[in-house]
Amino acid sequence: MTASTRLRAPTVALSCRGLKVAFRGREVLCGVDLELGAGEWLGLIGPNGAGKSTLLRSIAGLVAYDGTVALTDGRVPSARDLSLVPQTPLWPSGMTVAEYVLLGRTAHLSWLASESRSDRQVVASVLRRLSLEDFAERLVTNLSGGEAQRVVLARALAQQTRIILLDEPTSALDLGHQSAVLELVDELRRSDGLTVIAAMHDLSTAARFADRLVLINEGRLVADGEPDSVLDAGLLSSVYATQLTVRRLDSEIVVLPAPRTHRKHLDDQTGDRRTNDNSHDGNRQEST
Amino acid sequence: MARRLGDETLRLGTSGVEWAADRAFRLSAAVVLSAFAVLAAIGMLSATSGAAGLPVAGVIEAVFAQLPVLGVESSLSARQESILFQIRLPRLVLGMLVGGSLGMAGAAYQGVFRNALADPYLLGVSAGAGFGAVLAIGFGLDLGWGPFGAVPAAAFIGALLAVSASAAIARSSGSAPATLLLGGVAMAALFAAAQTYALQQLSETRAREVLSWLFGQLNTSGWGQVWILGPYVLVCGLFLMTHRRHLDVLRVGDDEARSLGLNPSRVRFGIIAASSLLTAAAVSVSGLIAFVGLVVPHIVRILVGHSYRVIVPLSALTGAAFLAFVDVGARTVVAPSELPIGVITSFVGAPFFVFVLWRGNATTT
Ligand SMILES: Nc1ncnc2c1ncn2[C@@H]1O[C@H](COP(=O)(O)OP(=O)(O)OP(=O)(O)O)[C@@H](O)[C@H]1O
Ligand SMILES: [Mg+2]
Repeated sequence: MTASTRLRAPTVALSCRGLKVAFRGREVLCGVDLELGAGEWLGLIGPNGAGKSTLLRSIAGLVAYDGTVALTDGRVPSARDLSLVPQTPLWPSGMTVAEYVLLGRTAHLSWLASESRSDRQVVASVLRRLSLEDFAERLVTNLSGGEAQRVVLARALAQQTRIILLDEPTSALDLGHQSAVLELVDELRRSDGLTVIAAMHDLSTAARFADRLVLINEGRLVADGEPDSVLDAGLLSSVYATQLTVRRLDSEIVVLPAPRTHRKHLDDQTGDRRTNDNSHDGNRQEST
Repeated sequence: MARRLGDETLRLGTSGVEWAADRAFRLSAAVVLSAFAVLAAIGMLSATSGAAGLPVAGVIEAVFAQLPVLGVESSLSARQESILFQIRLPRLVLGMLVGGSLGMAGAAYQGVFRNALADPYLLGVSAGAGFGAVLAIGFGLDLGWGPFGAVPAAAFIGALLAVSASAAIARSSGSAPATLLLGGVAMAALFAAAQTYALQQLSETRAREVLSWLFGQLNTSGWGQVWILGPYVLVCGLFLMTHRRHLDVLRVGDDEARSLGLNPSRVRFGIIAASSLLTAAAVSVSGLIAFVGLVVPHIVRILVGHSYRVIVPLSALTGAAFLAFVDVGARTVVAPSELPIGVITSFVGAPFFVFVLWRGNATTT
């Protein structure tokens, strides 16, 4: 199956219409229209502060928005329809990995709020699937960045939703684990019909896994389509305000910065626009 | 930490993940049994100590003799029996109920506010409840039937006012753990002042009565107050027990909790209401007993870890044992006179509070 046939996915899993988000009067998303096909992998790309996390968070219902977010049947998605891997999770002290992943079952519990055998089995199988067997009893505060990312992904998978939103799921993973984790999500997509939206900074990786890329900048959709068409050197260079080149190696698309001498020249021109605030990234510890 | 390491070595040889998934958030039977054993031992200590010595075996027999099916004969004299059943046991049970309520409410407040310094007393809840109760008692609103009296109702209103104000102050002035406490201090001061004013309006004898109640005491004759507090403990206790898992979910923050399917504001509201009702009921029978809600969950956390699934029930049991034990001291240390139990808990609790601050784990809820 090629990317283009999947792009025309017959059923729409999720749609956003005129999605607007403002923080203290400042518009962060300015009317985003997006349709997500069932079983599709949508890659969300854009520079720091473009609004990727905000888009994912509003789809998950975590920020107030104007416009609509709806599933096929018109419902607003709940925690049983959609799970989110946050960019900066909060790590509670003294909680084991198994306990943390078990939190993913919250939406599946009865009002008495205790986990059944099957909930615990889901956790065990998710841990196994993400090769976290040896970490099950470790405290979540004692994990390396990459281990921690796999653990949050495990919690999202334990939610057993049709749609999964990944916010920078692999930013702290080494190359091996990066491929492993993304391959796993891709495999789940094929086997269980999972629908994926993943915000990613590594454009080459995004292109490798996504059927479709959406480029956003300053809260607006700038481009939407197959990786081949969205990853255009001219477009990317202007959005990221740095000179980028796009190479095609076999069937892969690789986005690279331009050679240094050339880039230096461009930096001088656009230096101001490149100083993006990155302070809300990185792992936070529980503080309050 | 030591516990976790021990577990890890234990785990070798068992089927890893299933075992871990199965154990997650579980309260082990051994821990619960030991808590009950401690509670029973302290209960026995309390029942047998005092001016009139009662033999341990006699107490056990007398208690079992209450259940006719067992066919046990009590060997106590009639006088001893009436001391046991009309003085010692009501006071013991009341102490356990009050201690359990305050311990559980403290654990729940710490969970909803994600703040290990939260405590019914430090949040101003007790002062609010105290003010409500003073108004009701002082102005003769002793109407009502059993638990559904004007005093617990007025205490509950005062408690809710105080906790909402503390939370609002904390929310409007940043999320540092200390601001919640500062809000609580402000509320406690305000309600204490209001209380003093209300007391001044009373006749001197009435005021002295109310004041001695306010100091925190388990002054009982018969089972009356146990019947007042009991239903609240049952209802609120059940509510908190069925909602304690939510407290573990809230530990990942409101945003993530919402993405996991929890409605943080609704859960928070319910748990705060239940804890405040529990505190108010305890205050209306025993006055202001400070620091139990702070000390007890901390000790529990040190012993069994950070999961509220475990902390909430164990704080109830430990709080019950703690207050029953302190009450033995209150009754016997300066015998034949008696110390108000609230004075002793403050003597223990204030240094403990400093210790918690000093260890710097105020925020590791
Ligand atoms: N809670 C908030 N309050 C105020 N401003 C916010 C809030 N969350 C995000 N913003 C702002 O909204 C803009 C978009 O943020 P967002 O996190 O969506 O960007 P992003 O595309 O995910 O960036 P990054 O690649 O750095 O993760 C930023 O300018 C950010 O400062
Ligand atoms: Mg982001």
